[in-house]
Amino acid sequence: MSGQRQRLTIAQAVRDAMRDEMRLDPTVLVLGEDVGVDGGVFRATDGLIEEFGPERVIDTPLAESGIIGLSVGLAATGFRPVAEMQFMGFVYPAINQLFSHAARMRNRTRGRMTIPMVVRMPYGGGIHPPEHHSESYESLFLNTPGFKVVVPSNPYDAKGLLISAMRSNDPVLFMEPKRIYRAFREEVPDEAYTVPLGSASVAHTGDDVSLIAWGSMTRVCHDAAEVLAVQGISAEVIDLRSLNPLDRDTFIGSVVKTGRAVVVHEAPKTNGFGAEIVAQINEYALMHLEAPVQRVCGFDTVFPLAHMEKLYLPNRDRVVAAAKKTMEF
Amino acid sequence: MPRTTVYEAVTQRLEILDLDGQVDAELMPEFDPNKILEFYRNMVLIRAFDNKALKLQRQGRMGTWPPIQGQEAIQVATAMAMEDSDWLIPAFREQGVMVLRGIPGHTIYAYWAGDERGSEFPDGIRCFPIAVPVGSQWQHGAGVGLSLKLRGEQAAAVVFGGDGSTSEGDFHEGINAAGVFKTNTVFVIQNNQWAISVPLSKQTASQTLAQKAHAYGVPGIQVDGNDIFAVHVAVTEALERARTGGGPTLIEAETYRLGDHTTADDASRYRSDEEVDQWRVKDPVPRLRKYLEANGLWDDEREKNLEGEARKWVDAQVEALEAMPPQPPEAIFEYMYDKMPPHLEEQMAALKAEVEG
Repeated sequence: MSGQRQRLTIAQAVRDAMRDEMRLDPTVLVLGEDVGVDGGVFRATDGLIEEFGPERVIDTPLAESGIIGLSVGLAATGFRPVAEMQFMGFVYPAINQLFSHAARMRNRTRGRMTIPMVVRMPYGGGIHPPEHHSESYESLFLNTPGFKVVVPSNPYDAKGLLISAMRSNDPVLFMEPKRIYRAFREEVPDEAYTVPLGSASVAHTGDDVSLIAWGSMTRVCHDAAEVLAVQGISAEVIDLRSLNPLDRDTFIGSVVKTGRAVVVHEAPKTNGFGAEIVAQINEYALMHLEAPVQRVCGFDTVFPLAHMEKLYLPNRDRVVAAAKKTMEF
Repeated sequence: MPRTTVYEAVTQRLEILDLDGQVDAELMPEFDPNKILEFYRNMVLIRAFDNKALKLQRQGRMGTWPPIQGQEAIQVATAMAMEDSDWLIPAFREQGVMVLRGIPGHTIYAYWAGDERGSEFPDGIRCFPIAVPVGSQWQHGAGVGLSLKLRGEQAAAVVFGGDGSTSEGDFHEGINAAGVFKTNTVFVIQNNQWAISVPLSKQTASQTLAQKAHAYGVPGIQVDGNDIFAVHVAVTEALERARTGGGPTLIEAETYRLGDHTTADDASRYRSDEEVDQWRVKDPVPRLRKYLEANGLWDDEREKNLEGEARKWVDAQVEALEAMPPQPPEAIFEYMYDKMPPHLEEQMAALKAEVEG
């Protein structure tokens, strides 16, 4: 049904991306815990097993290292597995397979063998879950060469980025902001389309301060930009979308224009990816800065259980305060 | 409500060739004598290949090398039972299998001498690169076996690991998944009794490693890993099962690492000469030679000729290794991604400028 559009949530857009690509490419497989009959705990694989059967939508034993280990074997021999880690907080057992094998196979074999694999991982807080269900571990993967790391913030990007990820010949870690899986709907084309990896988007234009974020924090920055606008401050929201490769030109261009920046992420502040963004601003835009760059991040603590998660998560007011600090410097 | 036995299992051990070179006539398959000569020839070649690497290491011409001496029967039997369409997923002490699969000897040397091109295999050879992290490769064996099954290929994935690696979670996850999906996989444990300094008795309370297969609903067998006939029979059966939809098999091949763990290890710190001597008697190479001699297939002159052939072949590998031009500095960056991202372009340019002065 070419040219048609539907209003979808991020979770539905993710599902449609896999469905559309599986129709186009018979080597694409989906595997993970509960991805088959159950359609995934977030319903992100809903309906896939009915259409593609259990040989392409594979319920695996409950073993994260196993899911990635199987995927390495499948990917090295001609399939394009899309593996799901049910929550990013459960990825630790799979780290050896990811770091020691998936990320290195191409380099190790001088390009003879590749791992065209996508690992989908719902990440981040805000849904009042039990322990280990709220983490944002992107910096682990961003300090490990060999991966691409992608984080959509809206349904249109979610589908287009995931299709790009499935077509990538490199392993892609696809972090899904579960807090906004169903928070809103957007028009999404019915057919397959791509949003390129390594390209940030200017999600909201402004002149006074750049708010740089990814995933669910992009929404927080939008809310902050609205509040700031009322106070006469014009904020630009940069949605990085892809953390590796990183679209430096877009966020540096924004900072050069505004002279002020606030970097926002859910992960702990110290050694979070925000530190890298600030370092690059220092390298490429220092002389354009009107004020020190601010970071609004998670605390350097264990992610709190449900009662206190609101205190932990960066919110609109903290971003507004940080932006005003750069204005008042 | 009685207590009942819900599961009972038996694990078999297979031996065909005894220490004196005599075979069990009932268990011995009908091998073409030329094949048996080929078994022997290949064991002698890879032993020479291994010995040369140790010499090169002492001369500073080789990096850390994991010796395979004592484990040649497993490697030759497995490689010779495999077809080109089968996949090999090695751990890091399978240089013998790899070379017999068609990977040039100098390529394998290059890896251990510190050159990434040591895992750049010729086209068409179905072999994973060496896996150093210990145990992680078991999972790839399950994954490749699943891949072959999903595509309906009449081929198997043969994955190797050591006794120590059976303590890793990946061993259990790999066999478990292979059992669930009935993958085309053959799991081969080279049980050489020692994981660096830790003996098998401290690795597991199980009487055998083969019996672990029962827990995953997979057939398992223990073989005398220094008996090339027994290994060949067990691997051939397992390959047949894997290729024809019968699912995976776990083979524990009991052997002994006569050398150190690697050239960076000193095995005399943790095991006695007496123990090593007891295993030297079971050395698979002289054992097969005894068989050949008893059957009129071998003599001193043939041995001398084979030694000469081995020396010549090994020397050619060293020559080819040392003739490899160095990789350019760009090679650090070139294979990280399908398309080099801008930040790597910049880092590569900086290194190039530094090197070129």
